[in-house]
Order: sequence, then C-alpha cells, then structure tokens
Amino acid sequence: MTATPIKNTSTSVPDKLGRFGPYGGKYVPETLMPALAELEAAYNKYKNDPEFTQELQGLLKDYVGRANPLYFAERLSQHYTRPDFTPEIYLKREDLNHTGAHKINNALAQALLAIRMGKKRIIAETGAGQHGVATATVCARFGLECIIYMGVEDMERQKLNVFRMRLLGATVEPVSAGTGTLKDATSQAIRDWVTNVESTHYILGSVAGPHPYPMMVRDFHAVIGRETRQQCEEKWGGLPDILIACVGGGSNAMGLFYEFIPESSVRMIGVEAAGESVASGKHAATLTEGSPGILHGAMSYLLQDNQGQIIEAHSISAGLDYPGVGPEHSYLKDTQRAEYYAVTDLEAIAALRLLSEQEGIIPALETAHAFAYLEKLCPQLTGNHRIVFNCSGRGDKDVETVAKYLGDKL
Amino acid sequence: MKSVARRFQQLKENSQCALIPFITAGDPDLETTAKALEVLAQNGADMIELGVPYSDPLADGPTIQAAATRALAKNVQLDDVLAVVKQVAPKIEVPIILFTYYNPIYYRGIESFLQQVKDAGVSGLVVPDLPLEEAEILLEPAQKMGIEVTLLVAPTSSPERIKAIATQSQGFIYLVSVTGVTGVRSQMAANVKDLLADLHNTTDKPIGVGFGISSPEQAKQVKDWGADAAIVGSAIVERLANGTTESGLKAIAEFCSSLKQAIS
Repeated sequence: MTATPIKNTSTSVPDKLGRFGPYGGKYVPETLMPALAELEAAYNKYKNDPEFTQELQGLLKDYVGRANPLYFAERLSQHYTRPDFTPEIYLKREDLNHTGAHKINNALAQALLAIRMGKKRIIAETGAGQHGVATATVCARFGLECIIYMGVEDMERQKLNVFRMRLLGATVEPVSAGTGTLKDATSQAIRDWVTNVESTHYILGSVAGPHPYPMMVRDFHAVIGRETRQQCEEKWGGLPDILIACVGGGSNAMGLFYEFIPESSVRMIGVEAAGESVASGKHAATLTEGSPGILHGAMSYLLQDNQGQIIEAHSISAGLDYPGVGPEHSYLKDTQRAEYYAVTDLEAIAALRLLSEQEGIIPALETAHAFAYLEKLCPQLTGNHRIVFNCSGRGDKDVETVAKYLGDKL
Repeated sequence: MKSVARRFQQLKENSQCALIPFITAGDPDLETTAKALEVLAQNGADMIELGVPYSDPLADGPTIQAAATRALAKNVQLDDVLAVVKQVAPKIEVPIILFTYYNPIYYRGIESFLQQVKDAGVSGLVVPDLPLEEAEILLEPAQKMGIEVTLLVAPTSSPERIKAIATQSQGFIYLVSVTGVTGVRSQMAANVKDLLADLHNTTDKPIGVGFGISSPEQAKQVKDWGADAAIVGSAIVERLANGTTESGLKAIAEFCSSLKQAIS
C-alpha cells in the first residue's frame, strides 16, 4: 500500500503559537517549554516522513484493524423514521479498533514519535481507561516503560480497564487529589512530566493540553474523518449531512470533524455530558455552560467558579467527566462552525439501551451521549438526512456501571 | 511604594543574600496568615512570597498542593488574600510578592487584577504557568502599574531562552533549581552552581533560587554558589501546618531565623 502523508494542518489554525483564535497556547511551567518545542519539532519532522508514515499506516491496518467500517444502522434509522422524515444513520465503527475505541490511533502514533525522540519512558492520564489501555497496549507492543495516572474514583468505576492495563504491563498510579477523576490525573501526569521531562514522553490522550498536543492529536485522529469521507463517497457518492460525536476533551469529535470543516454543507454536532442535569450543577457541559479560561496548559472553555477556580465536573461517563475541552472545539463553537449540546446521564443510558437493542451494538457510555442527541435532533428535522456518528468506543468496560445505574430495572 | 528591585539593590550594597520565605494564604486560616507575614518579616525575611490557593496547582508538589486544598476548603479566595495583604503590608517593611496561577488573573481581567493587587500593597507577581511566550499580555500593563512580574528560568531552558527571560523579568530572576515541582529535597542538584554562573554571565539582575531548598545548609550552599536570594516554600508551609497555630508560628520564626543566619 502507499503511505498517505498526514495532512498538513489547516491553513488558519493553529497559528505558530498554537492559537485557535484566542484559544490554545502554552500555559505551562517553564521547565516544560523546551520539551514542547522538541515535541513540535519532532512532529513537524516526522509527520510527512515516508518511513514514519509507512510504519504508522502499516500498524493502523494490521495492528489496529483500520479501515473500520461505516455501518448503516438500519433498525435505528427505522426507529426514528416518520412520514415526513427519513434518516439514514451510519456508524463509523471506531469501537471495532483494537482495544475498543478510537484512542489507539493517537497512542500508536505518539509512541512511534516517542521512539524516534529517544524517549523510553511513557506516561499518560486516563479517565474511562480507554486511553490508558491504548497507551499500555502500544507500550507493550514496543517494549516501552508505561505509567498511567488515573483518579481513584475512575479506578473504581473502570475496574476492568485498570486490570487490562496491569495485564499489559503498565503501572497504574492512583491519583486521590481533588475528586480523583480525569482532571486530577491530568495534573499529576503533567507534574510527572515536569519532573522526568528528559527521559519521558507524555502521551496526552485528547485534543487538549498545551500546543502542539491539540493539533497533533487532532491530526493523528483525522484518519477517522478521511476514511468516513471515502466511505460516504463509495456508499452514496456524496457527503454526509450531519456529523455527531460525543465531546469530553473532544478527540473523537475532532477526528471525525476535521476533514469536513471546509465542507460548509456538513452540519457538525458535539454532544457533552449534562450529568445529573445542567440545572443541578453536577454536569460536564463545558462548551454549553462554561466560560473561557486556562486549564492544563491551554486557554479554552472550562467550568469555573466566580473566582476562576476550576469546578469539578460530573458525569456517569468517566471519559466525559472533565471540566475542560480541547481549544479547537472552543474555536469551532465561537465561529459557529460546530454546534454543541448536552445530554444527561439518564438520556445517555437510554440511548445505550436503544442502540444495544436495535443494532446489537453496546456503545461506550461516552459514545452513548452522542446517540442520545437523536431524541432531540430528529423531531427538528424533516426530509432525508444522512447522519454519521462516531461510534467512538465499545461498552464492555461500562457494563458494571450501567448495571449499577439501572439496578433491577433490567 | 516598596519595590522588589530596590530591596535587592539595598541588599547588594550590603553584600547580603536575600531570604524569601513562601506561605500559602489561608492555611491554616487567614488570621494565621496575617500573623505569619509579620513573624517572617521580624525573623529575617527580606521579601515574602504569598501563595494564592488554586484548585489546580500544576507546578506544586504535595505539600503546597495540600495547603492550597485546605485553604480552598475554607473558601479562601483572592479577595480575602488581598484583604490580608492590605492589613499587613503597612506594618512590615518587606515587599510582598504574590504567587498565583494565571486563571484567577485572567478570570478577573488583567487590568482590574493589577489595580486590585496594587491597591492592596503587593509589590511583585510570580505566575508559574505563564511562560515568556504568554507573559507579554501581563508584563506590559504590570510595568505601567509598577507591579514587578518575575519570570522563571528552569534547568531545561536553553541559553537563548534564558537570555530572553532575563531581559523581560522584573525584580529578579526566579531560577527553578530542579526539573520538577515544588517540595522538600534532601540535596541541591549540583548543576544549580553552573546555572547560576551562566545566568550571572547573561544578566546583571539578581537571581533567586527556589524549588527544593529546605534547610539552612542548602540555603547557604546556593548563596555560596552565587544566588542573590534563597526562596524557601514547602519547608515553611509544612512547619506552619504542623501542630497548633502558636506552635506553627513559633516554628517558622525559629526556622526563618536559622535560614537567615546561614546566609548572613
């Protein structure tokens, strides 16, 4: 096969300082600035290097299992069909990747970069555990030392993934600061990086953090959108009408959206976690309810109080339980290129059940948030619409959480 | 108005190395913070760094993280910290340097933040998550307002960066002595000596060494290596937090004196 070079970043964003409009940047301790510059230089050097791209493409095919299908969800489409509305719902099956989510696209590419940078120690943060598992997996594959920071609350919610990471030879470091979730795990990973920066590469798992991460992680996931475009072309010879993806940090959504940003006919919808409800204050609806500020090295929308202190997020889904969001999403929101909405824990659980029962696909709780938005979107639409979801992860890891939530109702 | 740069000038004229203790405001409570500022000023502090508690202190190790968490649990906010400064600053001769992460500044708005800290009697600022590239937006208005923004140099900084940072930094240059976060360490890294020499060759501005100094011996060591100031944080925060308020204040008074003695 021929290696496709990773697409150059779009002409407008980010700029040289890593800015998407006012968002992004590098708000980190001085100690990390040289490491970020080194990473950016390495990324720029290798992203179009034939040897690097060939190795990455080969592994994406044979190890990850790409290209994954664009699946027509016939019964789900029928479920939402009305006399005046005929949706065609398609699922981009990132859940079929090795390790069960989109996260491995980025973890694999960053591991290849780390090896070329001579870094043999890898650290990462994880919320739902999918990025932790993906990172532990690629570290096992390449014989790299692997330390995963994970909040104690998330370790409890995602026991299965903790065990998977340990099976893969990774050390899982519990983080009990704050509420013991993704925010705190990310802070601790950054502190580790500050301390061990010379020997260590930090495989950040979302399109968040300081430049160049939001750009680089987006580019490593952009394969999702590229394949989707090609598969749409093959299936009906055109573009999709609507893209929908869940947004925590926002990596799976950016991966799907990026290819279609210049296509103004394509509506792009990101779905956040409204937790118990937006009104309750216990939510993770960063873009829909938050305001701009600085967290984990970047300026973006975030959840903060009236003193600029970061507020803890709440969601049944550990992967969306984060008070920040990738800066490019903030930019897409402000420029009105993408729309963002939030759905509750309850709505996400209902969507998880619906997809399980209608299509025989149990999505991750994160992913279920995206599907839940159909309940709100469909009544607003008439005519024929081709809707593509990023089916970003599978739900095996969430079965215990869902069982607990549903109690004896199942 | 008190000035960090002028204070360094006076110390230099007397061939003195400065002692800059750090405490987290509001730990264990604001009343103790007010007393601690006076106690430190009376026991050898030449300037005092006052930490504003923040929810996500990326540059801090466990000791200062825990102090910030305790202060936030008591709902200590920037306005409370500034009220303490306003109350204490007129009573002490030493300049107060506010150590705060950037988001609370950004949230308040740079101009109003600067006006408020100036009104409270703050002399300088250290913002650990605002590296040179992002600092411009704060440096210029601060300079106009007469607030000194001190930038940090790390062991990983390249000579070009060090030069640029040294040019922009006001008051002094904060040399982070370790690749790592704040916290007590048993030994000073030997490369601090070389870093100090390099910095002195680059700039005439005073250089303060911080992150990891926790004993009079270490303070003396960085002084002997050419530091113009020794900054001591976690070791003081720890002492203040242990035992009762009174025993904590007594402990930091004694510790501060012993640090000053070691570098006098």
